[in-house]
Amino acid sequence: MDVLYFAWVRERIGIPKENVETDAATVADLVSELVAREERYAAAFADLSALRVALDQELSAFDAPLTGVREVAFFPPMTGG
Amino acid sequence: MRVSVQQEPFDLGAEANRFAAGDTGSGAIVTFTGVVRDLAQGDLDVMEIEHYPGMTEKAIAAIAEDARQRWSLADVLVIHRYGRLAPGDRIMMVATAARHRKDAFDAAEFLMDYLKSRAPFWKKEISGEGSDWVAAKDEDEAALDRW
Repeated sequence: MDVLYFAWVRERIGIPKENVETDAATVADLVSELVAREERYAAAFADLSALRVALDQELSAFDAPLTGVREVAFFPPMTGG
Repeated sequence: MRVSVQQEPFDLGAEANRFAAGDTGSGAIVTFTGVVRDLAQGDLDVMEIEHYPGMTEKAIAAIAEDARQRWSLADVLVIHRYGRLAPGDRIMMVATAARHRKDAFDAAEFLMDYLKSRAPFWKKEISGEGSDWVAAKDEDEAALDRW
Protein backbone atom coordinates (compact mmCIF):
# COMPACT_ATOMS: atom_id res chain seq x y z
CA MET A 1 0.00 0.00 0.00
CA ASP A 2 1.01 3.62 -0.38
CA VAL A 3 1.99 5.35 2.85
CA LEU A 4 2.04 9.16 2.83
CA TYR A 5 3.54 11.58 5.34
CA PHE A 6 2.76 15.26 5.75
CA ALA A 7 4.19 18.29 7.58
CA TRP A 8 6.67 17.46 10.37
CA VAL A 9 5.96 13.73 10.03
CA ARG A 10 7.26 13.99 6.44
CA GLU A 11 10.26 15.98 7.61
CA ARG A 12 11.18 13.49 10.35
CA ILE A 13 10.84 10.47 8.11
CA GLY A 14 12.50 12.28 5.23
CA ILE A 15 10.18 11.25 2.40
CA PRO A 16 6.64 12.25 1.39
CA LYS A 17 5.50 8.83 0.22
CA GLU A 18 6.57 5.20 0.00
CA ASN A 19 5.16 1.86 -0.99
CA VAL A 20 5.05 -0.57 1.91
CA GLU A 21 4.55 -4.31 1.65
CA THR A 22 2.78 -5.32 4.83
CA ASP A 23 0.39 -7.82 6.36
CA ALA A 24 -0.38 -5.48 9.24
CA ALA A 25 -3.97 -5.96 10.39
CA THR A 26 -4.47 -2.48 11.81
CA VAL A 27 -2.96 0.99 11.56
CA ALA A 28 -1.30 0.45 14.95
CA ASP A 29 0.32 -2.75 13.65
CA LEU A 30 1.63 -0.87 10.61
CA VAL A 31 3.05 1.82 12.90
CA SER A 32 4.82 -0.87 14.97
CA GLU A 33 6.37 -2.32 11.82
CA LEU A 34 7.58 1.09 10.66
CA VAL A 35 8.94 2.02 14.10
CA ALA A 36 10.93 -1.22 14.22
CA ARG A 37 12.60 -0.33 10.92
CA GLU A 38 14.65 2.75 11.68
CA GLU A 39 15.13 5.48 14.23
CA ARG A 40 13.58 8.18 12.01
CA TYR A 41 10.26 6.30 12.09
CA ALA A 42 10.50 5.88 15.84
CA ALA A 43 11.07 9.65 16.10
CA ALA A 44 8.05 10.43 13.93
CA PHE A 45 5.71 8.02 15.72
CA ALA A 46 6.96 8.62 19.28
CA ASP A 47 3.66 10.18 20.40
CA LEU A 48 0.61 8.85 18.58
CA SER A 49 -1.66 11.30 20.40
CA ALA A 50 0.09 14.03 18.36
CA LEU A 51 -0.76 12.28 15.10
CA ARG A 52 -3.76 11.71 12.89
CA VAL A 53 -4.29 9.01 10.30
CA ALA A 54 -6.35 8.89 7.12
CA LEU A 55 -7.28 5.67 5.30
CA ASP A 56 -8.01 6.14 1.60
CA GLN A 57 -8.30 9.89 2.27
CA GLU A 58 -10.83 9.61 5.12
CA LEU A 59 -9.88 10.44 8.71
CA SER A 60 -9.66 7.25 10.72
CA ALA A 61 -8.25 5.81 13.94
CA PHE A 62 -5.12 3.91 14.92
CA ASP A 63 -7.11 0.79 15.84
CA ALA A 64 -8.84 0.71 12.44
CA PRO A 65 -8.34 -2.38 10.24
CA LEU A 66 -6.30 -2.06 7.04
CA THR A 67 -8.33 -4.60 5.08
CA GLY A 68 -8.73 -3.36 1.51
CA VAL A 69 -6.99 -0.06 2.25
CA ARG A 70 -4.76 1.25 -0.55
CA GLU A 71 -3.54 4.55 0.89
CA VAL A 72 -2.57 5.38 4.46
CA ALA A 73 -1.53 8.90 5.46
CA PHE A 74 0.02 10.09 8.71
CA PHE A 75 0.09 13.75 9.72
CA PRO A 76 -0.17 16.14 12.66
CA PRO A 77 -3.50 17.74 13.63
CA MET A 78 -4.64 19.93 10.78
CA THR A 79 -4.29 23.71 10.76
CA GLY A 80 -6.44 24.96 7.93
CA GLY A 81 -8.46 28.15 7.66
CA MET B 1 -21.40 25.05 -4.51
CA ARG B 2 -17.80 25.61 -5.52
CA VAL B 3 -14.62 24.40 -3.83
CA SER B 4 -11.24 25.56 -5.10
CA VAL B 5 -7.90 24.48 -3.66
CA GLN B 6 -5.35 26.59 -5.46
CA GLN B 7 -1.87 28.01 -5.33
CA GLU B 8 -2.63 31.30 -7.06
CA PRO B 9 -4.10 34.36 -5.31
CA PHE B 10 -7.81 35.13 -5.60
CA ASP B 11 -9.61 38.44 -6.05
CA LEU B 12 -11.89 38.79 -3.03
CA GLY B 13 -14.18 41.36 -4.65
CA ALA B 14 -14.47 39.53 -7.94
CA GLU B 15 -15.17 36.23 -6.18
CA ALA B 16 -17.82 37.81 -3.95
CA ASN B 17 -19.48 39.50 -6.94
CA ARG B 18 -19.47 36.31 -8.97
CA PHE B 19 -20.88 34.37 -6.02
CA ALA B 20 -23.74 36.85 -5.60
CA ALA B 21 -24.49 37.33 -9.29
CA GLY B 22 -27.94 36.27 -10.47
CA ASP B 23 -29.15 35.14 -7.05
CA THR B 24 -32.32 37.09 -6.33
CA GLY B 25 -33.68 34.69 -3.72
CA SER B 26 -30.98 35.26 -1.12
CA GLY B 27 -31.34 38.18 1.26
CA ALA B 28 -27.99 37.53 2.92
CA ILE B 29 -24.47 36.85 1.73
CA VAL B 30 -21.73 36.37 4.29
CA THR B 31 -18.06 36.25 3.33
CA PHE B 32 -15.10 35.48 5.55
CA THR B 33 -11.49 35.93 4.51
CA GLY B 34 -8.47 34.43 6.25
CA VAL B 35 -5.25 36.46 6.01
CA VAL B 36 -1.63 35.54 6.78
CA ARG B 37 -0.89 37.20 10.13
CA ASP B 38 2.61 38.42 10.92
CA LEU B 39 4.37 37.06 14.00
CA ALA B 40 4.21 39.12 17.22
CA GLN B 41 7.77 40.28 16.60
CA GLY B 42 6.86 41.23 13.03
CA ASP B 43 9.45 39.15 11.19
CA LEU B 44 7.46 36.48 9.36
CA ASP B 45 8.99 35.98 5.92
CA VAL B 46 6.85 33.19 4.54
CA MET B 47 3.92 31.07 5.55
CA GLU B 48 4.17 27.77 3.76
CA ILE B 49 0.92 25.86 3.47
CA GLU B 50 1.06 22.16 2.70
CA HIS B 51 -2.00 20.08 1.90
CA TYR B 52 -3.05 16.57 0.96
CA PRO B 53 -4.10 16.70 -2.71
CA GLY B 54 -7.20 14.59 -3.24
CA MET B 55 -8.23 14.40 0.39
CA THR B 56 -8.35 18.19 0.73
CA GLU B 57 -10.96 18.67 -1.97
CA LYS B 58 -13.05 15.75 -0.68
CA ALA B 59 -12.87 16.89 2.95
CA ILE B 60 -13.91 20.46 2.07
CA ALA B 61 -16.76 19.25 -0.15
CA ALA B 62 -18.00 17.01 2.69
CA ILE B 63 -17.87 19.93 5.17
CA ALA B 64 -19.74 22.19 2.73
CA GLU B 65 -22.33 19.47 2.11
CA ASP B 66 -22.76 19.07 5.87
CA ALA B 67 -23.39 22.83 6.13
CA ARG B 68 -26.05 22.59 3.42
CA GLN B 69 -27.80 19.84 5.37
CA ARG B 70 -27.81 21.88 8.58
CA TRP B 71 -28.85 25.28 7.25
CA SER B 72 -31.01 26.55 4.47
CA LEU B 73 -28.38 27.79 2.02
CA ALA B 74 -28.70 28.86 -1.59
CA ASP B 75 -24.98 28.44 -2.25
CA VAL B 76 -21.56 27.89 -0.68
CA LEU B 77 -18.10 28.90 -1.89
CA VAL B 78 -14.79 27.80 -0.39
CA ILE B 79 -11.41 28.89 -1.76
CA HIS B 80 -8.26 27.78 0.07
CA ARG B 81 -4.71 28.43 -1.06
CA TYR B 82 -1.55 26.42 -0.52
CA GLY B 83 2.12 27.11 -1.20
CA ARG B 84 4.25 30.03 -0.06
CA LEU B 85 2.38 33.09 1.19
CA ALA B 86 3.56 36.39 2.70
CA PRO B 87 2.12 38.39 5.64
CA GLY B 88 -1.04 40.16 4.49
CA ASP B 89 -1.74 37.62 1.74
CA ARG B 90 -5.21 36.15 1.67
CA ILE B 91 -5.16 32.45 2.52
CA MET B 92 -8.76 31.50 2.05
CA MET B 93 -12.34 32.65 1.84
CA VAL B 94 -15.77 31.21 2.43
CA ALA B 95 -19.03 32.67 1.22
CA THR B 96 -22.55 31.58 2.08
CA ALA B 97 -25.84 32.74 0.60
CA ALA B 98 -29.19 32.28 2.33
CA ARG B 99 -32.64 33.84 2.46
CA HIS B 100 -31.92 35.13 5.97
CA ARG B 101 -28.70 36.23 7.61
CA LYS B 102 -28.67 33.86 10.57
CA ASP B 103 -28.33 30.82 8.31
CA ALA B 104 -25.58 32.56 6.32
CA PHE B 105 -23.61 33.65 9.41
CA ASP B 106 -23.96 30.36 11.27
CA ALA B 107 -23.03 28.28 8.23
CA ALA B 108 -19.96 30.47 7.58
CA GLU B 109 -18.80 30.00 11.19
CA PHE B 110 -19.41 26.28 10.98
CA LEU B 111 -17.41 26.08 7.75
CA MET B 112 -14.52 27.98 9.32
CA ASP B 113 -14.48 25.84 12.46
CA TYR B 114 -14.41 22.64 10.42
CA LEU B 115 -11.94 23.87 7.81
CA LYS B 116 -9.56 24.77 10.62
CA SER B 117 -9.48 21.31 12.19
CA ARG B 118 -10.76 18.88 9.55
CA ALA B 119 -9.35 20.02 6.21
CA PRO B 120 -5.86 18.57 5.66
CA PHE B 121 -3.74 21.71 5.59
CA TRP B 122 -0.61 22.39 7.63
CA LYS B 123 1.02 25.77 8.09
CA LYS B 124 4.70 26.44 8.60
CA GLU B 125 5.95 29.85 9.67
CA ILE B 126 9.36 30.77 8.30
CA SER B 127 11.16 33.78 9.80
CA GLY B 128 14.71 34.97 10.36
CA GLU B 129 14.64 32.92 13.57
CA GLY B 130 13.98 29.66 11.73
CA SER B 131 10.85 27.73 10.90
CA ASP B 132 8.02 26.30 12.98
CA TRP B 133 4.98 24.23 12.16
CA VAL B 134 1.87 25.95 13.50
CA ALA B 135 0.41 23.72 16.22
CA ALA B 136 -3.30 23.00 16.33
CA LYS B 137 -4.99 24.62 19.32
CA ASP B 138 -7.17 22.74 21.80
CA GLU B 139 -9.73 25.55 21.50
CA ASP B 140 -10.02 24.93 17.76
CA GLU B 141 -10.90 21.29 18.41
CA ALA B 142 -13.27 22.33 21.22
CA ALA B 143 -14.99 24.76 18.83
CA LEU B 144 -16.39 21.79 16.91
CA ASP B 145 -18.42 20.70 19.94
CA ARG B 146 -20.82 23.62 19.65
CA TRP B 147 -22.22 22.31 16.38
